[in-house]
Amino acid sequence: MSRANVIDLGYLVAAVLFIVGLKGLGRPRTAPRGNLMGATGMLIAVLVTLVDQSILSYQFLAIGLAIGIAIGALLALRVQMTSMPELVALFNGFGGGASVLVAASSFIEINELGNSTGQIAVAAAVTSLVGAMTLSGSMIAFGKLQGRLTWNGFRGLPIVRILVALISLAFAVQIGGFQPEGQLSLWLLIAGGFLLGILCAVPIGGADMPVVIALLNALSGVAASTTGFVLDNSLLIIAGSLVGASGLVLTQIMCKAMNRSLLDVLFGAAPSAVDSGDDIYGDQVTSTSAEEIAMLLEIAERVVIVPGYGMAVAQAQHAVRELMQTLQASDIEVSFGIHPVAGRMPGHMNVLLAEAEIDYEHLLDMDQVNPTFKRADVTIVIGANDVVNPAARNDPDSPIAGMPILDVDDSRTVVVVKRSLSPGFAGIANPLFIADNTLLYFSDAREGILEVTKALTES
Amino acid sequence: MTLLIAFTLFTLAVFLGLELISKVPATLHTPLMSGSNAISGITLIGALVSAGADHSTLTTVLGFFAVVLATINVVGGFVVTNRMLSMFTKRKKRES
Repeated sequence: MSRANVIDLGYLVAAVLFIVGLKGLGRPRTAPRGNLMGATGMLIAVLVTLVDQSILSYQFLAIGLAIGIAIGALLALRVQMTSMPELVALFNGFGGGASVLVAASSFIEINELGNSTGQIAVAAAVTSLVGAMTLSGSMIAFGKLQGRLTWNGFRGLPIVRILVALISLAFAVQIGGFQPEGQLSLWLLIAGGFLLGILCAVPIGGADMPVVIALLNALSGVAASTTGFVLDNSLLIIAGSLVGASGLVLTQIMCKAMNRSLLDVLFGAAPSAVDSGDDIYGDQVTSTSAEEIAMLLEIAERVVIVPGYGMAVAQAQHAVRELMQTLQASDIEVSFGIHPVAGRMPGHMNVLLAEAEIDYEHLLDMDQVNPTFKRADVTIVIGANDVVNPAARNDPDSPIAGMPILDVDDSRTVVVVKRSLSPGFAGIANPLFIADNTLLYFSDAREGILEVTKALTES
Repeated sequence: MTLLIAFTLFTLAVFLGLELISKVPATLHTPLMSGSNAISGITLIGALVSAGADHSTLTTVLGFFAVVLATINVVGGFVVTNRMLSMFTKRKKRES
């Protein structure tokens, strides 16, 4: 068997492992094995690539691989579960960035050897644009998730964005159609894509982050796939488009959970800021204390806990587990109601609660939990806001009208644990806070839950 | 590979991807994302060829950085996914 045959066969095995692995990742029982299969496929693909005849020197490869393995493993092993959205954003960006570099490097090489074709030029142009957008968009998302970046853009941003998009498109057409040798055009296109990624990501707020992260995930796949067109490599095309498609499915799920279209998230007007919470709610809010909540919980039979981003920020997941165990010890039924876009990335709450060793049987999806709120004696909302806002259901003029929400207001008593009355990310007033059956407990999520558990055990 | 074959592969893989991930429980959204993201680091094999081809200093440097970025993406992605998934299954094992 020739070297080329070995490589192609290896790629086929890798492609099959990716497909089976991705399928495995979709079921709880098979997910760990699916991940392992994907990793095995990757290892096989890398090993057979190393026998490629066109690889002449191995020293840079060894150094590059060693650095990458060290940094990747370090990041993955040391990251806090609460910082998972940042890490996923970072990895998405690196994938997109790597694709740009590969496309640029190959494009230059192919041109200098005089082998360029229209296909390669167009593919290199698309990869440059998509990959650079993925890289810079991910960096912006990373900064926003870390809370270091608070810039939300400027007045004329949408117009500038269109201009940059048109200029980038012009460079892309130039590379693809008229001047396949254009190295300068390629660099300008990459710069344009980079700028475009920033301009698209900057106006997007925290509540839309799950959509953005899922979309960036899809884009990193698309970039890998188009790189395959540049290199004439079937495995890149297959693996990249698999990831692109699955990322798109996830993006769609997230958009549906917010009742918004993807275009609306990306290009819609950012919600305008409103007055501070005190002005909206006045003195109609009933506040409560840990002792009072403990008394309510003691006589409850069914308790539902609804976590949101506030639980992640306060790292309250372990405190929540303790509360759950205390309640279960007195035969109180506890379940968790999880909105698909609670937190900052798809599945954010599930990861945090799993870290706190809360069984996923207790975690209910929106469709499962909504009919049960009527039977709930107490619902505790921890750091969630827009996903429990009844205005989405009742007020057709609300900016979030039509968004599916958790019907927590159906339960007998709702306890909202919140640091202050500041409006949620969307800047929308929440009528839940002034409802007759709602009690507000002003506290940091972790401190507050610990207090409640203490009050429960002391009584 | 002709352009038509490349497009055929692309189209079929997209449909396959859409079919594979139609119904995923919310619990797996994050691991699915990080795991599939690691797979998209497949661009690494292109990076290896670029960095090792010894064509010119520029292409080698570009390839080298591509190898670093893609390896972080691949290794980090699979390891962190594995870490998350082992959290999901940890309790199960202890009980049984």
